[in-house]
Amino acid sequence: MEVIWKGILQALELLFSFDTEVLKVTLLSLQVSGLATAISLLIGLPLGTLLALGKFPSRKFILSLINTGMALPPVVVGLAVSIFLWRSGPLGSLRLIYTPIAIVIAQTIIAAPVVTGLTASALQSLDPRLKLQLQGLGASQAQVTWSLWKEARLPLLAAIMAGFGSVISEVGASMMVGGNIRNQTRVLTTAIVLETSKGEFALAIALSAILLLLAYLVNLFLTSVQQRRH
Amino acid sequence: MNPDALLSLKDISVVRGGQRVLELDDLDILRGECLVVIGPNGAGKSTLLLTAAGLLQPASGSMLKGGKEVYSGSLLEYRRKTGLVLQDPLLMDMSVYDNVASGLRFRGVGSKEIAPRVNTWLEKFGIARLAKRRARSLSGGEAQRTSLARALVLDPDLLLLDEPFSALDAPTRARLLEDFHNLLQQSHVTTLMVTHDLNEALQLGDRVAVLLDGKLRQAGTPQEVFNSPVDTGVAAFVGVDTVIPAEVTGSQEGMLQLKAGSYTLECPGTANTGQQVLLCLRPEDITLWMDGAAPQSSARNRMQGVVQRCSVQGALVRIQVDCGFPVVALITRSSWMEMGIRDGARVTVTFKATAGHVLPRAASK
Repeated sequence: MEVIWKGILQALELLFSFDTEVLKVTLLSLQVSGLATAISLLIGLPLGTLLALGKFPSRKFILSLINTGMALPPVVVGLAVSIFLWRSGPLGSLRLIYTPIAIVIAQTIIAAPVVTGLTASALQSLDPRLKLQLQGLGASQAQVTWSLWKEARLPLLAAIMAGFGSVISEVGASMMVGGNIRNQTRVLTTAIVLETSKGEFALAIALSAILLLLAYLVNLFLTSVQQRRH
Repeated sequence: MNPDALLSLKDISVVRGGQRVLELDDLDILRGECLVVIGPNGAGKSTLLLTAAGLLQPASGSMLKGGKEVYSGSLLEYRRKTGLVLQDPLLMDMSVYDNVASGLRFRGVGSKEIAPRVNTWLEKFGIARLAKRRARSLSGGEAQRTSLARALVLDPDLLLLDEPFSALDAPTRARLLEDFHNLLQQSHVTTLMVTHDLNEALQLGDRVAVLLDGKLRQAGTPQEVFNSPVDTGVAAFVGVDTVIPAEVTGSQEGMLQLKAGSYTLECPGTANTGQQVLLCLRPEDITLWMDGAAPQSSARNRMQGVVQRCSVQGALVRIQVDCGFPVVALITRSSWMEMGIRDGARVTVTFKATAGHVLPRAASK
């Protein structure tokens, strides 16, 4: 119990003393996971919409792949991205391995199927006749899509939350492609793993508390948007 | 093409799920009319409506508006001149006002113009007090009023309605039907409505068309369709429950003499002597008398029969009588109780000659 209390006190101390290293790690976590979520949205929202509303032969097959992708183990993603970005790998010349960009790439691969799959399921849960009704009211294709997104805004925001949640909390891929390099690629989760392995439980708990707080604040914001007027 | 037609459908064939569900030879929707297409479930009514709405491309045939083929032009432009109301209101999760304004916003109409137009239609449908309410909190009747206002505010060339009243309870439906009928008469908007409800067709339709098994069987005034069905399929759907096989024994001044079983009956029509025909009668045109109570001076068409079955349908009772062939009558429940008609009772069946309608035997479908 003492370790936990010590950890919580140290977390508060670190938070309010604005420890530079902790701030850097926290900021990098937010930037990397925020960017990966944003890119996942850019991919997942249109792709999920196409899979939900489109009619083409391989639709069900792609949807099943996406749904499988929602359960991608981060370490497998880490391994795949590492192979590609490794110096001798196909994209080695880009020199991205052990950079924040590598983490963003890996996290995007983790979050994009989550956002895509949940977007498709959010739109498929709407009454299919709503699309016809909107078209019948004279909506263009873009207006139909925008109206359907607005109708499905609650589950769509849940998709964003799930996407962000899946990457802010993952450690395997970040560790493998980022390398947990101090001041460069160290994010909250990899820092927690490191401090725990060193036996620095108090610092690990402090970082965990910050990670939880961060996840809570982001989700609080999204939930307040989602639940507005409900 | 009829010069009065706003929309002309010719040789239209629609395939859905690999099956041909609609085959229309010729259907015109005339400017300013309310055409009600009736038919049972699965007859192809909704398919017809979606096709007319520019939402379901036919496999073949042509659909002309103003002489131009709709499906080879801009469908968005076409849809922006129509208003669509489906069985479920399908309102969006926003206020009543915003729902009614949605079609105008899709068309890029400015908010200064939107406000008076929306408010006018909210008033007309008696839902102005609900303008700020969220659509989700509305009752079924209020939601359908919103949906109708949302379509009519667009001032469409063509209003398309797919059973808009069928999901409502009876009193709500009656009130909305009455209000909508009045609004339709004021606005003269060309309307195509599909429904399985015969009362709606009678109340709203300038013309009625009957769709059975994906084919248009008859189109005409409600009077024509309901009293003079062209075949037994239409007759059965429009509530002509009695179809008596008969032979023409003579004719005089447009009045046919018919022999049906052991009875000689009269009915207006044209047919040759010796021709086999079907005599169609609506149940509400048939009068029943307890045996011996029928006045001698009443209608010449008179038959004797035995009551087979009485089934109470709300305020009315449907009585099936065996006269050597089945005859169905509809009388009020109070008359039924007063007369004491029971199964097995002997009754006299009478009907006026003008109540009958004769079909050639070949029209049996």
